[in-house]
Amino acid sequence: MSVRNIFIVYRKELRDLLRDRRTIISMIVVPMLVMPLLMTGMGGAAIKIVSKASQEIPRVMVLGGEDSPKTLAALRGMNTIQIAPTRADYTNQIAEKIIRAAVEIPRGFDAALQNGERTAVRIYIYEGEIRSSFGASALERFFRDLRERTVRERLASRNVPEQLIHPLDIQQTNVAPPKKVSGNLIGSIIPYIIILMCLTGAIYPAVDITAGEKERGTMETLLCSPVARTHLVLGKCLMVLTASAVTTLLSLCSTGISFALAKKMASGTPGVGGLPLTMDPLSLAAVFVLLLPLAVFFSATMLTIGLFSRTSKEANSYMQPLLILTIIPAVASILPGVDLNWRLALIPVLNVSLVSKEILSGTFHWNYIALIFASACVYAVVALTAAVALFKRESILFRT
Amino acid sequence: MIETRQLTKIFRDKKRSEIRAVDAVSFRCEPGKVFGLLGVNGAGKTTCLRMLATLLQPSSGTASVSGHDVAREPEKVRASIGFLSTATALYARLTAREMVEYFGRLHGLTEGTLRERVDRIFTTLDMQEFRDRRCDKLSTGMKQKVSIARTLVHDPPVMIFDEPTHGLDVLISRTVVDFIRDCRDRGKTVIFSTHVMREAEKLCDTIALIHSGRIMAEGTLRQLRERTGAQDLEDVFIKVVEARG
Repeated sequence: MSVRNIFIVYRKELRDLLRDRRTIISMIVVPMLVMPLLMTGMGGAAIKIVSKASQEIPRVMVLGGEDSPKTLAALRGMNTIQIAPTRADYTNQIAEKIIRAAVEIPRGFDAALQNGERTAVRIYIYEGEIRSSFGASALERFFRDLRERTVRERLASRNVPEQLIHPLDIQQTNVAPPKKVSGNLIGSIIPYIIILMCLTGAIYPAVDITAGEKERGTMETLLCSPVARTHLVLGKCLMVLTASAVTTLLSLCSTGISFALAKKMASGTPGVGGLPLTMDPLSLAAVFVLLLPLAVFFSATMLTIGLFSRTSKEANSYMQPLLILTIIPAVASILPGVDLNWRLALIPVLNVSLVSKEILSGTFHWNYIALIFASACVYAVVALTAAVALFKRESILFRT
Repeated sequence: MIETRQLTKIFRDKKRSEIRAVDAVSFRCEPGKVFGLLGVNGAGKTTCLRMLATLLQPSSGTASVSGHDVAREPEKVRASIGFLSTATALYARLTAREMVEYFGRLHGLTEGTLRERVDRIFTTLDMQEFRDRRCDKLSTGMKQKVSIARTLVHDPPVMIFDEPTHGLDVLISRTVVDFIRDCRDRGKTVIFSTHVMREAEKLCDTIALIHSGRIMAEGTLRQLRERTGAQDLEDVFIKVVEARG
């Protein structure tokens, strides 16, 4: 094994790649921009939308209630809603976002409450529309208060203690540290994004130095050199790994920075200030170490696909199904109820994704981590062996 | 020195079954001589030279280059050859100097030797002016010079040229032809493939006429003329091919 030859190939490939503008974009610009844009751009926009919606006084419509002046007056007296004039096309008005919600008060509503009867109100909303839900919440709060007040009055009039219908209170207290809460909420999406970056970081350089070289005619020039095929593959793979690792590392750094920025933005915003956004640098470093064998696996697999292909276009068409094959296990790790076990610990991509989720929430299952790291290394060696074997086959190298 | 014995290459194709690209080819190239493989497109010239450069494995038969067997010692064979063809391109994003230095390093040259040799080759080939220019910014002639420098950097005893003037204009072709003559004059073993009869007439000490993967005739230009009774090499070639059916 000539380490000198491997490094000669590696150095040349790296220099060649760093002079390519497309590589700089895929390796440095994209990972540095994706997370900040997602967190500060989309996240910031979402925070602003929620904040603005929560500050708005929603316009709501009251349907009926002409014979219930007491309730009507109470509703009109609320300063958290604006009452819109009643119209028959209230459903259209809600759908077109002219009003946020409508409440239907049945005939004889006040009288029913007065006489101790059971009655009901109906709130019309635009499901999934945040401003509509704020309007509906204001109405619901009003009627819930009214219901509780009525219950208290009815019990008092019959000399029945309130405890009779409220024998116990239920209270929830969070005992998980903020890091774990944060890890559980956002820890599943982060490994997914980083794994994708790890893969995308390898795609372009791998295709460029295999199928791209075949297309440009430099592969034959290189094969004329006396360096062993294995050393050529290892040198090339090392360069693809560097690109993948740099992309992943930059993604991790930008993720950390993005969380810090998002936390700062959220802390000053009404309605969202309590979001538990905590990302521990040590956890991020541990995730990076776990991702390294996965990056080798990706690099060698990409290299194998690139070598098999006649042109860059053909290689890129093979990359699409591979991308989907990677996304499926990465997405599966986000699904609720998918937790790490011995069987899942052996499935490539899914295992790293699941254990990264645990690590980011501060839980280090060392036995799983060891198994996943070892299995990822085995997959990496298998993929590397396949790439070397393919590089020795003339039917692949000179495929026409 | 290059020697082949019954060298054969068979490609297996699903549609066309078996293709004998090179069929039991035997010849010998001596140092200080230019051996020409002359044949039409698809005759098997490139396959034959690729086997000599160890890019392809022979299906049967043997070949040795500088005393090294192409099947058993491919790395030693590659260390002793300079291979130039229209398919051996340059790395577009490397400069002319980086390109030649890269191949020098791959051939195991030390940094001191490499610097001295690159400097000498660049001066000889009049390349100093564009030594730090990227290969994608070079003209076709400059690129061909870089390719020549790349094949020379490790000073190989054997030079293999596969249609080296294909697609080049007359001035650049002249540079390549002069370079091949220079290699011969310096005692290197030169094997050269072409389908251009005129080039073979000008350059080759021995010509092998190759057709459908087989060598139909071999000898000096005078011997081939005497054997066929034709003067023009094109007529010689056609007579040989027709006579062998």
